[in-house]
Amino acid sequence: MKLPKLDMEQVRGLLSGDAGADRVVPPTGYTAWLTLFAAGAMAFLAVFALALSLATARLADRWGDALARSSTLRISAPEGQMIAQTDAALNVLQTTPGIATARALDAGEQRALLEPWFGPDLPIESLPIPQLIEIIEEGAGYDAAGLRLRLAAEVPGAVLDDHTRWREPLVRAASRLRLLGWLSLVLIAGTVAAMITLAANAALSANAQVIGVLRLVGARDRYIVLAFVRRFTLRSLSGAAVGTVLGCLAVMLLPRAEIGGGFLTGLGFQGWHWIWPLTIPLLSGGVAYLATRAAAQRTLKDMP
Amino acid sequence: MIDLENVAYSYGGGELLSDITLRLSPGSFHFLTGPSGAGKTTLLKLFYGALMPTAGHVRLFDADVRELTRDDIAMARRRIGVVHQDCQFLNHLTVTENIALPLLVSDRDMLAEDANLRELINWVGLTQRANALPPELSGGERQRAALARALIMSPDVILADEPTGNVDWEMSQRLMRLLVELNRMGKTIMIATHDLALIRAAKSQVQARVLRISNRSLQLAGADL
Ligand SMILES: Nc1ncnc2c1ncn2[C@@H]1O[C@H](COP(=O)(O)OP(=O)(O)OP(=O)(O)O)[C@@H](O)[C@H]1O
Ligand SMILES: [Mg+2]
Repeated sequence: MKLPKLDMEQVRGLLSGDAGADRVVPPTGYTAWLTLFAAGAMAFLAVFALALSLATARLADRWGDALARSSTLRISAPEGQMIAQTDAALNVLQTTPGIATARALDAGEQRALLEPWFGPDLPIESLPIPQLIEIIEEGAGYDAAGLRLRLAAEVPGAVLDDHTRWREPLVRAASRLRLLGWLSLVLIAGTVAAMITLAANAALSANAQVIGVLRLVGARDRYIVLAFVRRFTLRSLSGAAVGTVLGCLAVMLLPRAEIGGGFLTGLGFQGWHWIWPLTIPLLSGGVAYLATRAAAQRTLKDMP
Repeated sequence: MIDLENVAYSYGGGELLSDITLRLSPGSFHFLTGPSGAGKTTLLKLFYGALMPTAGHVRLFDADVRELTRDDIAMARRRIGVVHQDCQFLNHLTVTENIALPLLVSDRDMLAEDANLRELINWVGLTQRANALPPELSGGERQRAALARALIMSPDVILADEPTGNVDWEMSQRLMRLLVELNRMGKTIMIATHDLALIRAAKSQVQARVLRISNRSLQLAGADL
């Protein structure tokens, strides 16, 4: 396949605008509104697909990274042995390769963890609550199976929770979701191209006589192509611009619930990611430009 | 200007025109005649690159049409004014805009040509209809508008296919006088018509050659008109 060459003179002509050349293409009435609407609707959907893809990418990073670097050791022991077992466990952990730090949570931190479930007045000292030890990994991480064996021998009340059990399916789901987001974007771009091609083809065959007359009075192909291309590119560009603005507004108006830090509330653009939705109208215009140009050149090929 | 050398043309069946050799030299005046279906329109189409010869060579301004790019053909058409037998216009533009269309598509300065445009519209008697749309015109008005459009670029060559088919004798004489006038200014003119009275009337005003298509070839008609 020959890649379409971007003709700079054509692009300049496209941007500078030429009222005369626009006049030679007859007005198309309601199909103009259909094209505008469809381009706008597609841009609106594209904003969401983009937000989804970026949000899941962030999420997968967070889960894959932050959670992977930490795990928890839980010690359940009778009242008298708790301190001894905790010390023994810390001792084991500190001598295990791949572990950067191991730290027993103090009563205050444990209470903070339980607070959402039991309220602030929990008399934590008087309850048989397991002691938690936070483990932070380093390098390639530690060997979980080996660690479990050592703990079983030296700290019978310890249970190691390395998070992999529930982390892996989440990371998998996140990357699958991101893939779906990108796939949606590709499908949306394809739909815009198909739609503009159909609209341009319909307009061109309805205007075959116009094109014939223009050729006979000495119009060059470039002039005729540009007259049609300009109309469809500008239409698709402006439709997509409106759709993008509406889509971005809708994303901005999503309710925030930062504490949850959950997946749904993360849907949106952060920092320089706001650049991405701005590319949607440009891409839409570009797709329309190429689709119309190809359709116009096909029509002209059969005209002397 | 335009040269044909052993040209043949066929639409796919048998040959419609064969072995035609003709040279339109600058300032010449030709009539092209022949029965309906003889191939007058076809021959004119060969002259402006709308058809490619099936044999032989057609040269537009000394370049073989087969070697011209599409842009070259467009440029050549700016130097050849054509009045088509089925005058086609852009139906959403006014008569004035249609007549100015060749200027528009060749990026000429419309303001500079404005006086020219008015004068030409006046000449073909369409001042009253200048803002009408083409579908609102009579057959004769369409032909006059087509003639004006063919002349607006001040072309070197004017090819007219039955330019007086739908106008009365008075108007046809006026149009002929305009064409004769243009010929005196050095334009090359070729008129396809089967109106022999028109040819006879013109012969008193201008040194014209009359070509007749018969039996697929081109013959010079003598004084037997
Ligand atoms: N596009 C075409 N495809 C096939 N045959 C065609 C085509 N155009 C014209 N013909 C045929 O070629 C022959 C010559 O047509 P042409 O239009 O050149 O005749 P003409 O001399 O101009 O006739 P008229 O005086 O009626 O205008 C006719 O028999 C016509 O049917
Ligand atoms: Mg004819």
